[in-house]
Amino acid sequence: MDRFDYCNFELQQGESFVKTERGVKLYDGDVKTSYQGGELVLTNYRLLWGEPGDISKCLKCLSLPLSYIVFVEEQHSETFFSKSKKLIIHLAEPEKGRGLSPLYNSNTFIKLSFKDDLDSHFLISLNEAIAARAWERIRVSPQASSSQGIKLRAGIVGIERGIQQKQKATDENISAAFEDLNKLMSMANDMVKISKAISSKIREKQGDITEDETVRFKSYLLSLGINDPVTRNSFNSENQYYQSLARQLAEIMEQPIIEVGGIMSLTDVYCRVNRARGLELLSPEDLLAACQLLDHLKLPLRLREFDSGVKVLQLQAHSDEVIVADTMETVKKNGSYSAEQLAQSLGISVVLAKERLLTTEQHGCICRDESIEGLRFYPNLFLDK
Amino acid sequence: MTYSNWPWQYSFPPFFTIQPNLETRAKQLEAWRSLVLDYHRALKLAVLDVSEAERSELFNNAKLQRKLPSEGIIQVLESLAKNGNAEPCNKAKTRWYIYWHTLPEWADKMYNWAQETGQTNSVCTLFEIMNASDQDFYGLNEDVVIKALRILEGKQKAELILDGENSGVKFF
Repeated sequence: MDRFDYCNFELQQGESFVKTERGVKLYDGDVKTSYQGGELVLTNYRLLWGEPGDISKCLKCLSLPLSYIVFVEEQHSETFFSKSKKLIIHLAEPEKGRGLSPLYNSNTFIKLSFKDDLDSHFLISLNEAIAARAWERIRVSPQASSSQGIKLRAGIVGIERGIQQKQKATDENISAAFEDLNKLMSMANDMVKISKAISSKIREKQGDITEDETVRFKSYLLSLGINDPVTRNSFNSENQYYQSLARQLAEIMEQPIIEVGGIMSLTDVYCRVNRARGLELLSPEDLLAACQLLDHLKLPLRLREFDSGVKVLQLQAHSDEVIVADTMETVKKNGSYSAEQLAQSLGISVVLAKERLLTTEQHGCICRDESIEGLRFYPNLFLDK
Repeated sequence: MTYSNWPWQYSFPPFFTIQPNLETRAKQLEAWRSLVLDYHRALKLAVLDVSEAERSELFNNAKLQRKLPSEGIIQVLESLAKNGNAEPCNKAKTRWYIYWHTLPEWADKMYNWAQETGQTNSVCTLFEIMNASDQDFYGLNEDVVIKALRILEGKQKAELILDGENSGVKFF
């Protein structure tokens, strides 16, 4: 009976009365329900059941759309006790996404029991109404008329329609744009393959072209990036993905980090990694997640967060003591340093230079001078003299 | 009267920034304490006004274009107070007494002077104490003298007689 809905009786557009019966009892499957002795109304859309008189007063009633009815049959097994006639109505599966009905039992059939003798025309009318499928015509036609009808420009409806159209156009544009991107990606993958093929051919025929050209060509190929970037698609679990990413990260970043003095800010790492990947770009979150695994996987790099919140990748072998001693020497040689000057003279970023100075200050090896000209660091004469 | 005995720190720019490193700051404050006391001893200044001090040469090195901010001055004064070398005059802590000798030290010095000069058991005026030309407390601020004598009074070694201009003390 879950195909039934409660409703206030009101004829819908194109709906018309067909027949009315009194003294009707509803059965849910074979079970009696509390809906007894009511009034049954057949329209060309629905079957309605209500307490006597309720339907004509437009009060609450139960409604079953005819579209649910698959098949109707008469029950012939008349026993001695029950003289009433019964109709068995077989129902289709309820529509998905339909709100919860007040009546949950999901029997596939219901019975209508007629106390008074059943008018034989009722069954015929019911079958006709089902066959006519009047509800379908109505549901289709208003849509068709609205799209072909006169365009309304005025009023809120007009504005709403305009907005809707704009949204639709934007949607289409976006999907078209991404289609192009997908094409680009697939083409780019091909390009990488081609470049690999060419480079292997060059290796085979090394004699034919000059050494200089080979080197140049190879450098072009190299700038296409990592040959086989770790991508999310090739892994089932996030964890595995991050672990492989961490390994690749350590592999490609170790040399550059050694070159810049053992420490590199995460921003720089992010830029370099994505420059090397070229295509399959990493999100900052993925990079950070992979970096957090570096230490755990015993790789030569590790993630470090300074007190100021600056995150860097650092060589495992790189220790604060070395930095401190080194920075102290540099500052002593020059007399005093600002973060900007240190960054320039060491060729590192200002953020990192400042972190170096602050770490050295924490170790008590230099001291600060804060003035309107900015923050400068001096050898710590307080402790030395 | 000018002060000329500046320590090396006075021309070291970081001296004018309170250092965040605790160890360094301890050394820095130590240097400030001795400079402040020495400066006040040399110029016989007993009272320091914080807002004036910001402009005084003590905390403001014009040649270096550096000055210790008022929070720094307060820190120096509070670290002096911890050693008994300073004391706020008022609750707002805008004026401070600077004691280059702590009050008990002053008290001892005055008592010794009284004994040496045979002033015990007789009354001498505060004016006499402040004009004992060969003593450390020559020209000392009257408030400070009274505070020191109050300590002696507490030890029952003296009795103060405060009477406007003619205030005096009797040493026992």
